[in-house]
Amino acid sequence: MSERFTKGMARNIYYGGGAFFMLLFIGLTVDTVTALPKRENRDKLTAEVAQGKALWEKNNCIGCHTLLGEGAYFAPELGNVYTRRGMGDEQAFKAFFNAWMKAMPSGAEGRRQMPQFNLSEQELDHLADFLIWTSRINTNNWPPNVEG
Amino acid sequence: MKYASQNIAKPYFVFALLLFVGQIVFGLVLGTQYVVGDFLFPEIPFNVARMVHTNLLIVWLLFGFMGATYYLIPEECQCELYSPRLARILFWLFAAAGTLTIIGYLAVPYARLADLTGNELLPTMGREFLEQPTITKLGIVVVVLGFIFNVGMTVLRGRKTVVNMVLLTGLVGLAVFFLFAFYNPSSLTLDKYFWWWVVHLWVEGVWELILGAILAFIMIRTTGVDREVVEKWLYLIIAMALISGILGTGHHFFFIGAPEYWLWIGSIFSAVEPLPFFMMMVFAFSMLKRRRREHPNKAAMTWAVGTTIMAFLGAGVWGFLHTLAPVNYYTHGTQLTAAHGHLAFFGAYVMIVLSIISYSMPILAGRQANSTAAQKLEIGSCWVMCIAMLTITVLLTVAGAMQVSLQRLPESGDALSFMATQDKIAMVYWARLVAGAAFGVGVMMYLASFVVASLTHRQAPQLTVAI
Ligand code: HEC
Ligand code: HEM
Ligand code: HEM
Ligand SMILES: [Fe+2]
Repeated sequence: MSERFTKGMARNIYYGGGAFFMLLFIGLTVDTVTALPKRENRDKLTAEVAQGKALWEKNNCIGCHTLLGEGAYFAPELGNVYTRRGMGDEQAFKAFFNAWMKAMPSGAEGRRQMPQFNLSEQELDHLADFLIWTSRINTNNWPPNVEG
Repeated sequence: MKYASQNIAKPYFVFALLLFVGQIVFGLVLGTQYVVGDFLFPEIPFNVARMVHTNLLIVWLLFGFMGATYYLIPEECQCELYSPRLARILFWLFAAAGTLTIIGYLAVPYARLADLTGNELLPTMGREFLEQPTITKLGIVVVVLGFIFNVGMTVLRGRKTVVNMVLLTGLVGLAVFFLFAFYNPSSLTLDKYFWWWVVHLWVEGVWELILGAILAFIMIRTTGVDREVVEKWLYLIIAMALISGILGTGHHFFFIGAPEYWLWIGSIFSAVEPLPFFMMMVFAFSMLKRRRREHPNKAAMTWAVGTTIMAFLGAGVWGFLHTLAPVNYYTHGTQLTAAHGHLAFFGAYVMIVLSIISYSMPILAGRQANSTAAQKLEIGSCWVMCIAMLTITVLLTVAGAMQVSLQRLPESGDALSFMATQDKIAMVYWARLVAGAAFGVGVMMYLASFVVASLTHRQAPQLTVAI
């Protein structure tokens, strides 16, 4: 590297650049946090939905599934499972979801298995509410199609 | 070895390698479950094996970073570690917490573990990579704070160099961003947004400082190039890492509910992220060319130079592949992500830890380097691991491309379902499993090189004053 470019200059770029972009990032974060309530319909984030999220975490669903494209890649995307399986009808989706959760594991030989979580009717209802709420988040049009 | 307290690095390295073996065993379990879906079901469901695989990875890398720090800090500061006793206590604390957590994952259903550890008091569990019970997370905070205190006190007392200051900054950053693991709002988007403050700002932020500092240390020691030159490079590399990487976090905010401007900011800044990795590679080769001595530890040099190449491929090339929003729209959460995750983690962080182990373990045993026979085997293991990991990466890239073309690109109605697509990819997953087994062979060769080293220690160059 050129001798004219000194260590001191490199150090200043590091401190100056690092601090500047961290501050900018924090500023953008404030803006994002302000914009989120509308994009995710915070007013519809009921106690049931929050309970559903807690159950989602407590049972580690993310260890096999993706949710909005993040998680594990072993099992179907669930951010839009309401659209895929409920087709816009909350009651139909809840019926499907309830039956699905009770039918697991499929036991089909050699097929990927999902465990039985032994959740109560109420817990299943909350989980379904959480998935329905999630499917309505404004995700800039992701996923590209209904298969997730 | 110049300072007695450097010895504390040894248990950290040994334990790290033990966990590494465990990580790979569970990787092979996962690889098998991908093709034989009910393998080990219901005893070890996929999510459990995955948690064990990824958490072991993170924890052993942390052990590696700590060992590396304990080894290089006294030499850089030119004084003994502030408290070797604290370092020993924290080792046992961390090892116990880590082991108990893994046993917890395997022994009881996850929901039961959450109940047993009082997760409802401060719910932090059940998010990718942050699956540890809250109490384990608190334990990690205690261990890391104690560790930083110990290292900080040493640096305060001793010589301050660019290498130890950058390392310390990286470690403090690691601790600070980990605190976001305790923030878990019921808003999914907020949760995801700040989850990335741990994950992305670690691997594409502060961990790069740690990586850069360890690499610079090894380069100074093995090539004898003037410290001034190395330090200038180090500053430039980490400057680029932060300038691109902080706003580059935006490449994870495309489709989780965050505003649209992240599509632009995330794409533009993360497109620059390969630059620091490229610079690391140029740096390593340029130091090698300008070297003032022939260090007898060829194995360590191989690992160190290999780190920069593989990190550039994994993070730089495979990262760039899917980082632009219009591409990521189709590849988000596919096997391509897994391809990149594997090569980047392996190339950057696994390899830098193996580099410093390779450099320091012979010295800690009173040798300048291992015997030629041991080094040959070790270099061989490096090649086997690298080629196996590249093969895994290419295969997962093929899998990802098939997923995109069968499941993502067609319109609803024509697109195959997730499960039907996975069936079509089965042969590729079988091949990945074979490559994974080859990686396991590489790990075995690596461990065997330690046995050969100790059996042939008489043929090894002994430590003189200069190291
Ligand atoms: C051990 C892995 C695993 C875990 C953990 C897991 N699942 Fe699944 N899940 C699967 C697999 C595999 C399938 C596909 C099964 C099939 O098609 O035979 C699936 C399918 C589903 C489906 C149907 C999706 C569709 O489009 O057809 C739903 C809904 C679902 N899971 C919900 C959940 C919820 C909720 C949790 C957490 C309580 C969970 N899963 C945890 C593996 C898992
Ligand atoms: C040092 C070597 C390895 C490293 C650094 C590593 C790292 C990782 C990481 C970071 C993840 C999470 C991926 C993500 O979220 O994108 C992961 C998952 C996984 N790994 Fe590894 N791994 C290694 C070796 C292996 C091996 C040898 C195999 C077996 C063949 C394997 C199989 C898997 C599988 C199947 C998953 C789950 C992917 C999914 O979510 O569907 N890994 N690994
Ligand atoms: C050593 C450095 C890096 C490591 C260890 C790393 C690791 C990872 C891992 C494990 C994931 C998966 C996260 C998840 O499970 O959701 C990921 C995702 C991603 N990485 Fe990296 N990465 C690194 C550098 C980079 C760089 C430099 C770029 C861009 C040039 C990049 C671009 C991406 C993108 C776009 C995703 C999201 C993929 C998706 O949408 O599914 N990464 N990375
Ligand atoms: Fe990232």
